[in-house]
Amino acid sequence: MARMKFLCDAERCIECNGCVTACKNENEVPWGVNRRRVVTINDGVPGERSISVACMHCSDAPCMAVCPVDCFYRTEEGVVLHDKDLCIGCGYCFYACPFGAPQFPQAGAFGLRGKMDKCTFCAGGPEKDHSPEERVKYGRNRLAEGKLPACAEMCSTKALLAGDSDVISDIYRQRVLKRGKGSEVWGWGTAYGKPEGKPAAQPGAKS
Amino acid sequence: MRRLLIGTFIAVAAASMAACGERPQELTAQKSGKYQGKPDSQPWNNAQFNNNKGQWEAALKSRNQNQNEYTRVE
Repeated sequence: MARMKFLCDAERCIECNGCVTACKNENEVPWGVNRRRVVTINDGVPGERSISVACMHCSDAPCMAVCPVDCFYRTEEGVVLHDKDLCIGCGYCFYACPFGAPQFPQAGAFGLRGKMDKCTFCAGGPEKDHSPEERVKYGRNRLAEGKLPACAEMCSTKALLAGDSDVISDIYRQRVLKRGKGSEVWGWGTAYGKPEGKPAAQPGAKS
Repeated sequence: MRRLLIGTFIAVAAASMAACGERPQELTAQKSGKYQGKPDSQPWNNAQFNNNKGQWEAALKSRNQNQNEYTRVE
């Protein structure tokens, strides 16, 4: 098995925030902590695109490199996890991460940072699988149940794909080849038909 | 002359041994770059998969394909 990865198809994401809700519910993430969020660019104008972002479980993770207490580890499946018992909440990982994945619960009245929390690819943590400790600290361990992350499985348009990087890349590739590009993506041709007498689009031509 | 030679020899010998007395200055409390936390178990090491990695991979593979509606529709 190759590495576990997330892949978000910006052409399909409709900014429903179903992935965010699924993650919060499945892992009982505390208030103020968002392991996953949907980012939208050009909001409200033509060409608007949304993408669901969380920890990307980098192959060469910068959070691992900067952690002063070395609390990060990578599993055999390529999932980047951390030990909350070691984390000191320094926030270096937050500055290092290009995706803003590490989150810090507000632990006190003076804005003290708690231990870092981030997407676990629904793989729990270093506690015993399905134990109450794992559930409380890291959330549900769906991977040990033979399931994929809740965010991807919940995605209504299947914009967010999760799993073996080779398999989801193949799914995405097949999708892109079938749907074409430009206006074809929106299904206008399917919905309203093509104008008669118009020659079929040449491969590589602008729609 | 002989004294000068002996003196030079002693000075060179002392200079060449100078680094031998240095203490190691690595951070010993923490092995930098190595994970320091608790070991994690594999996702197939549980009652559901009976330590059978193949069975776990098959379960995940089938879940993976559920994300491809082209294969589900056709």
